[in-house]
Amino acid sequence: MNLHEFQGKALFAEYDLPVSNGKVIYDAEDALKACRDIGGSKWVVKAQVHAGGRGKSGGVKLVDTPDEAIEFSKNWLGKRLVTYQTDSKGQLVNSILIEECTDIANELYLSAVIDRDSQRVVFIGSSEGGVNIEEVAKNTPDKIIYEAIDPLCGAQGFQARKIAKVLKLDAVQTKQFTPMLKNLMKLFVEKDLSLLEINPLVITSGGNLHCLDAKINIDTNAIYRQPDIAEMHDPSQEDPRESEAAKNDLSYVSLDGNIGCMVNGAGLAMGTMDTIKYFGGNPANFLDVGGTATQERVSKAFKIILDDPEVKVVLVNIFGGIVRCDLIAEGVIAAIEEVGVEIPVVVRLEGNNADLGSEILSKADIKIESINNLGDAARKAVELAK
Amino acid sequence: MSILVNKETRVIVQGFTGSQATLHSEQAIEYGTNIVGGITPGKGGQTHLGQPVFDTMEEAKKAVNPNASLIFVPAPFCKDSILEAAESGIELIICITEGVPTLDMLDVKKRVDELGVTLIGPNCPGVITPGEAKLGIMPASIHMPGTVGIISRSGTLTYEAVKQTTDLGLGQSSCVGIGGDPIPGSSFIDILKLFENDEQTKAIVMVGEIGGTAEEDAAEYIKNHISKPVISYIAGQTAPAGKRMGHAGAIIAGGKGTAADKIAKLKECGVHIADNLVEIGAKVAEVINS
Repeated sequence: MNLHEFQGKALFAEYDLPVSNGKVIYDAEDALKACRDIGGSKWVVKAQVHAGGRGKSGGVKLVDTPDEAIEFSKNWLGKRLVTYQTDSKGQLVNSILIEECTDIANELYLSAVIDRDSQRVVFIGSSEGGVNIEEVAKNTPDKIIYEAIDPLCGAQGFQARKIAKVLKLDAVQTKQFTPMLKNLMKLFVEKDLSLLEINPLVITSGGNLHCLDAKINIDTNAIYRQPDIAEMHDPSQEDPRESEAAKNDLSYVSLDGNIGCMVNGAGLAMGTMDTIKYFGGNPANFLDVGGTATQERVSKAFKIILDDPEVKVVLVNIFGGIVRCDLIAEGVIAAIEEVGVEIPVVVRLEGNNADLGSEILSKADIKIESINNLGDAARKAVELAK
Repeated sequence: MSILVNKETRVIVQGFTGSQATLHSEQAIEYGTNIVGGITPGKGGQTHLGQPVFDTMEEAKKAVNPNASLIFVPAPFCKDSILEAAESGIELIICITEGVPTLDMLDVKKRVDELGVTLIGPNCPGVITPGEAKLGIMPASIHMPGTVGIISRSGTLTYEAVKQTTDLGLGQSSCVGIGGDPIPGSSFIDILKLFENDEQTKAIVMVGEIGGTAEEDAAEYIKNHISKPVISYIAGQTAPAGKRMGHAGAIIAGGKGTAADKIAKLKECGVHIADNLVEIGAKVAEVINS
């Protein structure tokens, strides 16, 4: 689960990390009060969306008067911001962060992720901050430091000093950085983060370290023990069908083809999409109904798939490991009747009681193509979608 | 022979009296798996499925001396259960549960490695040696004793590969679902090593998917250390690049992790590629018969 910049910065502040004084607004009329409360004569206004690259797309602006802040807020609130990290529809802007202006002497890069290779939380730092960091990593890898933190010992001072060298910090900044690294690691562990990025981490004209941005991603598996973070969830940043699916414990990603897919297991769902493509078709979605494909979940899944007007045929591919295929067959029939599916449905059942499942499907009153072989089922779906 | 589990394996089930554990333990016992008891804190002294229930692993270890544990406890309690098994001297731990927090797994992985314990999973279908023992949630009927070793990150994709090798009469030596989580207890390489040393295994199927670099690492290992033929299928060849947030993921992956990268690397290292999911079995037969 992603957090907005203002939510990330609130967490930073909680962990004594240096962030700008700022206010978040949801209504353009509140911009004036926000500017006055913050004080000063220059402000940064930032559209809040779950994506990077906002600056280059006009989603961040330096303003000299509260009127300009109001104007900016009126322009963006309710609109969608498209950046190179979003899809072509962009992300809805429903809040604006207004901050005091920070004078920047230098821009650095700092992030932390769970690295699969070292099986540690790894901090990544570079003296070259800003949006071209991926290029830096590719072309001049020696300008980047990767520092793995032991899960049981936590971040140590020597690790902060190592990173500080690569960030080219002076003695005073290095002293500031040591507690900063320890607190970032503490935040990462205590709040169950899966990603944390400060880009840029800046050195102010006063020579102090300052977090100018905050990108935070939370491990969804751990949301159950992070009730405060769960409250920060903003469904407007997600595809509506994807969030509807998530509410029902279904994993759905919409794609641009016309063959709706309902599969159990993420791997098999991807494999089914590949098979459809292999036979010349185009999948309309990725959908994993999970290990326990009950009638209720199958109904929900059908509803979500059919909500996409492009879908011409649905391919159901269930390999019954935990569940019995005869129960799934009954569930599919009931779901089709309940939802009122009018387009062709191809069903492939395999595994536990598959023969019984196929028999139930073939005896049903509604039109279902029951095909046991996955290749044949995919070919049939591709043919029906043409 | 086979790998990890056989008829002699003495299995203890953690979370024994829960509904999923009960369902799959019943099937495992029916299959011939030597389940010697289970653990459910607070229910020690009871009997479940004809086997004794214990409050702690320590008690179970003394009373019935298990050497493998099968875990079905809910995700918030997996860290505790895995560590309890590992600290009690269990040699093989198979964790089926999905949804375990990644940071829990960082701690767990470090500790099981220190203790030299083999952990499979979490978020996996388990391990089966056809005709001998089933420690997991896979459907028994699709398996058949034979010569193909199967390793996979995905549950239902494993079943697909199993079914195809059974239909062609090849059968399986053992099948291991290592799970799809970012920090799995065992990697492809850990299991490849075991299959290489197993006489019954004549060929190895490795089913991978996009994300991470586990397949690339395995490819390199296969080139240098595996003499048996390896056949691989990579799922997610048509999956679109997801929406991104920030750069950190991309920097750490270094542009690796796509299906095309994985396939190119595997081919370069001498691995046979099944282009399509429905052709895994045929590819294995082709390689074995050539």
